[in-house]
Amino acid sequence: MEALINLFLKAVFVENMALAFFLGMCTFLAVSKKISTALGLGIAVVVVQAITVPANNLVYTYLLKDGALAWAGLPEVDLSFLGLISYIGIIAAMVQILEMTLDKYFPALYNALGIFLPLITVNCAILGGSLFMVERDYNLAESITYGIGSGAGWALAITALAGVREKLKYSDVPDGLQGLGITFISAGLMALGFMAFSGVQL
Amino acid sequence: MSSPLRDYLDRLHPLFAKGGKFEKYYAVYEAVDTFFYSPPDVTSAAPHVRDGIDLKRVMIYVWLAVMPCVLVACINTGYQANMAMQAMGIDQAVGWRGHLLDLFGIGHDPANMWSNFWLGFWYFVPVYFVTFVVGGFWEVLFAAVRNHEVNEGFFVSSILFALICPPTIPLWMVALGISFGIVIGKEVFGGTGKNFLNPALTGRAFLFFAYPAAMSGDAVWTAVDGFTGATPLGIAALGGVAAVQEAGISWMQTFLGSIQGSLGETSTLACLFGAGFLLLTKVASWRIMAGVMLGMVATSLLFNAIGSDSNPMFAMPWYWHLTLGGFAFGMIFMATDPVSAAMTNTGRLIFGFLVGFMVVLIRVVNPAFPEGMMLAILFANIFAPLIDYGVMRANIKRRKQRTGALAAAQEA
Repeated sequence: MEALINLFLKAVFVENMALAFFLGMCTFLAVSKKISTALGLGIAVVVVQAITVPANNLVYTYLLKDGALAWAGLPEVDLSFLGLISYIGIIAAMVQILEMTLDKYFPALYNALGIFLPLITVNCAILGGSLFMVERDYNLAESITYGIGSGAGWALAITALAGVREKLKYSDVPDGLQGLGITFISAGLMALGFMAFSGVQL
Repeated sequence: MSSPLRDYLDRLHPLFAKGGKFEKYYAVYEAVDTFFYSPPDVTSAAPHVRDGIDLKRVMIYVWLAVMPCVLVACINTGYQANMAMQAMGIDQAVGWRGHLLDLFGIGHDPANMWSNFWLGFWYFVPVYFVTFVVGGFWEVLFAAVRNHEVNEGFFVSSILFALICPPTIPLWMVALGISFGIVIGKEVFGGTGKNFLNPALTGRAFLFFAYPAAMSGDAVWTAVDGFTGATPLGIAALGGVAAVQEAGISWMQTFLGSIQGSLGETSTLACLFGAGFLLLTKVASWRIMAGVMLGMVATSLLFNAIGSDSNPMFAMPWYWHLTLGGFAFGMIFMATDPVSAAMTNTGRLIFGFLVGFMVVLIRVVNPAFPEGMMLAILFANIFAPLIDYGVMRANIKRRKQRTGALAAAQEA
């Protein structure tokens, strides 16, 4: 249990998807204008991560890994080369389901997220989560923890960035830097603050 | 009423006004003018509160409040250097400082406050001078190009930045650090009041990560070549409070500030003088200071209670956390920066608490950095807008409930 808590904290703070690995930048920069929307997207990412990482973990362990098909009487088969395409396919399916659910039950959030919800499919933070899971050989419990943790870390980062950007609405940015430029700089400075956790051993 | 200086400035005014010859440099003229005289323009419409307080006064007050720290910075830097030289058997400081002190017949006796002061003074002044000139250059450049005013916020950023540099820092690094702090930390957002991170700390953090060898470790804290000595906090990170006391450093020493560390942050006492002044004049928010203090005490008590066999920092009591490293300096001068801290009253308490919590967390569980104040404040700066947002939402919700209940009562 303690190992899982450590893994969770590490995924949220030390190895923050957005501010330590700079994954999922497109949505991170594009949908961080308003705190409420950013929070909505952040929650969507947490949900997607929490579903896709364990799902991909199951697929990897029981179908793709070298010798994973032993239960089907095929111990020599190694399908790990199909990894990338399978993970993306699973993520796409999950996002599709999530989108339909939001459309039905939370139309306001659905409209606010707009094009960026389908774009979660190709969000590198989501695929990155699954790939890290494979690379680090997480088991199912660890995958669930890591999925929620990495999603929560990303959600925290985008919400904080949205807060900063709402504050920056009142600033007087030079013409050439307005919009994305100053957002890039802000994200970089935020990463500087998040360096506080780099080096923490859990 | 009229004085030669005023007349002179008035005579120059047309040159700098719109259409004048030096129109581009109006910001410089304006800065000099308002430095000597308060601006004559007053609010013309609608009744307002009459108060002499303005940005200039706020900033100058902060600048005054750090003066005790500057004094201790000079004395302690000199003291540490003289002590080290005595221990190593050197009887004169190398380079121009030594010659200069010889010229005035000032010795190198660590027991003599006067000689300590002057040696330290000549270490502090170049750092501050470079900070001021280079930072000032950027301020004026941006002000001239972007048509805003050079304001006194820079006085504060520059002195704070100079005070958190190690005494042996190369001057080109000082220039680089303050450039980053002023340009990326402040001016690209539009200048004073528009940034979201503390500019002085941004510059310091930039240097810290770009040149770790010159900003941390054992060799940078004493202004004598070849002398190495860890800061008490560095010693504590390895062996806890016991190791600090074994090294011959008492709590009183860390409180008074005769320990190794960045130029102006060593003395908790000097910082407390500043705190008293800032609180008395209501320039700094007591809520932030109280929050930082509370957060630090609560977190260190928590760690004390948890305990650890392998990490001696867990057992460090809160009053050591208070005096070691840059905690007091950061709590009083950095965390209270009204621009980058939270703006709501409740938010300020939460913001402060977050700083206090983070600083102990970094000191105790992050082996990569012995000191955590700088990063703790930057981290809390990032979340300050979010804290304000949360406080505001809670307030709106409470109001809605109250007025909603009222409306329901009226209907009934």
